Amino acid sequence: MPDLMRISPSPHIHSGVSVKGVMWAVTFALIPSGVWGVWAFGFRALYLIVASVISCVVTEALILKLRRKPIAINDGSAVLTGLLLAYNVSPDLPIWIICIGAIFAIAVVKQAFGGLGRNIFNPALAGRAFLMASWPVYMVAFKNPRWQIDALTSATPLTNIKHQFGFPSPGYLDLFIGNRGGCIGEVCVAALLLGTAFLVYKKYISLRIALSYIGTVALLSWIFMGDGLFQGDWIFYVLSGGLVLGAFFMATDYVTSPVTKTGKLIFGILCGVLTFAIRKWGGYPEGVCYSILIMNAAVPIIERHTRPRRFGGAA
Amino acid sequence: LFRHVFKGGVHPNDCKELTRNAAIKPLKLPEQVVLPLTQHIGPPCKPVVRPGDMVKTGMLIAASEKLISAPIHASVSGKVRAIKKSSHPILGSCDAVIIDSDGRDEKSYLEIDQSAMASRFSPEDIKKRIQTAGIVGMGGAAFPTHVKLSPPAGKPIDTFILNGAECEPYLTCDDRIMQEQAIAILQGMQLLMKAVDAKKGIIAIEDNKQKAIKAMREGLASLQLATCNLQPVTCNLQLRALPTKYPQGGEKQLIKALTNREVPALKLPLDVGCIVDNVQTAFAVYEAVFKNKPLYERVVTVTGNAVDRPSNIIVRIGTPVSFMLEQCGGIKGKLGKIIIGGPMMGMAQYTTDMPVVKGMSGVLALSDHLATHEEAQYCIRCGKCKESCPVNLIPTDIAKASEYGRFDIATMLNAVDCIECGCCSYVCPSHIQLVQLIKHAKRSISCQI
Repeated sequence: MPDLMRISPSPHIHSGVSVKGVMWAVTFALIPSGVWGVWAFGFRALYLIVASVISCVVTEALILKLRRKPIAINDGSAVLTGLLLAYNVSPDLPIWIICIGAIFAIAVVKQAFGGLGRNIFNPALAGRAFLMASWPVYMVAFKNPRWQIDALTSATPLTNIKHQFGFPSPGYLDLFIGNRGGCIGEVCVAALLLGTAFLVYKKYISLRIALSYIGTVALLSWIFMGDGLFQGDWIFYVLSGGLVLGAFFMATDYVTSPVTKTGKLIFGILCGVLTFAIRKWGGYPEGVCYSILIMNAAVPIIERHTRPRRFGGAA
Repeated sequence: LFRHVFKGGVHPNDCKELTRNAAIKPLKLPEQVVLPLTQHIGPPCKPVVRPGDMVKTGMLIAASEKLISAPIHASVSGKVRAIKKSSHPILGSCDAVIIDSDGRDEKSYLEIDQSAMASRFSPEDIKKRIQTAGIVGMGGAAFPTHVKLSPPAGKPIDTFILNGAECEPYLTCDDRIMQEQAIAILQGMQLLMKAVDAKKGIIAIEDNKQKAIKAMREGLASLQLATCNLQPVTCNLQLRALPTKYPQGGEKQLIKALTNREVPALKLPLDVGCIVDNVQTAFAVYEAVFKNKPLYERVVTVTGNAVDRPSNIIVRIGTPVSFMLEQCGGIKGKLGKIIIGGPMMGMAQYTTDMPVVKGMSGVLALSDHLATHEEAQYCIRCGKCKESCPVNLIPTDIAKASEYGRFDIATMLNAVDCIECGCCSYVCPSHIQLVQLIKHAKRSISCQI
């Protein structure tokens, strides 16, 4: 009989799904959208993505070292933050600005709160909000895909509507495949849906948040965004801006969204209400980033009021 | 037809192919048996033999006058060598009666088939025989069966559930005994139903055990053809094949899946009019009532990829696990873990010296590469534990409260509801020992009360 055996509490088997696996899967799911972004906006977009990812990973490694923690950069979470931050900025943004955004996202929003799992706000979105507050001019200078005639600078379709510039809005198909101006990773809805399908297939995300979010925006836009009630072009408002990227990849962020089923619904619906309100009445044409950030702060209170029914308890 | 399911649960690889087709074989008698005085939930028994006494197989060696208790019988014939502390698979250590076998296996009781006289047994007779035979729940909990069969007045039992779910991966002892002893098990079930006057009986088997389902169906058909002495109880038996999902065999989950009733926290199945017993318990009842035979042996699955010949064996209570492993060809390759029970709820052991007890359904030997340990990371709040929890808890929140010693918060989050099935730890991508932390909270809470 062997003399050494391992002791551990039950269970003695595991599903095999790890944090690392989930993070890299989400990163993988984001690739198609990035490929479109680089193809549409040129290699500058790629430089931005690479700079953002590298800044995030280096900052994470440095701070973990200073905190004397294991340098777990291979868990993919810093890479994911870098990727999402880059996807949320204009392809024309100066490289140094995105580096500062990345450092802020990791150092202040994530590590200062204790690192992976302890942050209150989505790091990529908070990083973007920080850049928006600091260098707004750079942040809102967008350009169209390089094959369009006015490829240099342009307004996004939402800005166009908001400030009534009078440019013709792109058609639904153009919006769906990403033939429009905007942030690097938000324009190609088709690619984002492809990535989402992969994550749903792997059962890594639940669609509760994303669908209630998009559904609310669609409903409110249909009712209030038109010339009269119930005349809004809701398909346009769903496909424009960062809604699809935000709803499927950022509102669903595990750490900063509720775990309860009802909580997820409430979270999604309120994100939708806020996005609509900012788009309709706010100073910015787009409100996805701020909506999600505001709702991140509301997660604990949502969870407190949506605890699951006790087994064997009253319905 | 609507099919109820319980919420949550997980689908681990069942690994039952190792022993699914291994017919139950009796194990060679060991030279010595160690019979712990606690093999049931409740206070320990007191020995009624002394070192040097000669005993025969089936003879009473320890009993207790306490209500929640089950007597213990010699499992071999021979001489009592000592009564001393020995290792115990669940308690760590416990006083035990040690008997040296004389190899003759002389029985102390008369084995006669009394099934023809079934109608003569009153519910009281049945309960008495079950108590005398020392029968406990053989699915693992080891709660004395006669106590379970005596619900307090005013709590009628309408449904008896025979638990053949066997949802733990690897284990196949229940599967095999259903294939090989279907009629005896069904007769045992009828006796149990008669004892509590249950009008409806449900046999619950997971659908990954098709052969057992077939055997039990055939047994049911032949029983219903025969003129049975236990009419009208026999009329209302039905077999339900349940979609495979762990922890289907948990009492509360089984009752939910079959009757859509929920047993509230800290309550018992009898509070919702149900009694659940394992198939091996039913078999033991059949043997005790119809054949006079006390509970001194049971079917155990010895399996795992580190066992040379994974088997299902009938083994005497008190047989050392090391002897059992040797008889199954010993360990092959590098051993990682020995687990008593299944991989989801079983306990890892540091030794193989301990004996087989009444509630032990399996011994699992995993090789080194399967006995891995992952360092726990911080929770990323993915909510998978919550989705997998069959009793609607948010395991990660309770675990966090437990980690920080905040048992007040754990109480508020209903930590006491936890059935310790381990689904949360199984799915946790951060490898947090959630169920362990919740168990810790439960113990601390019950200490405070």
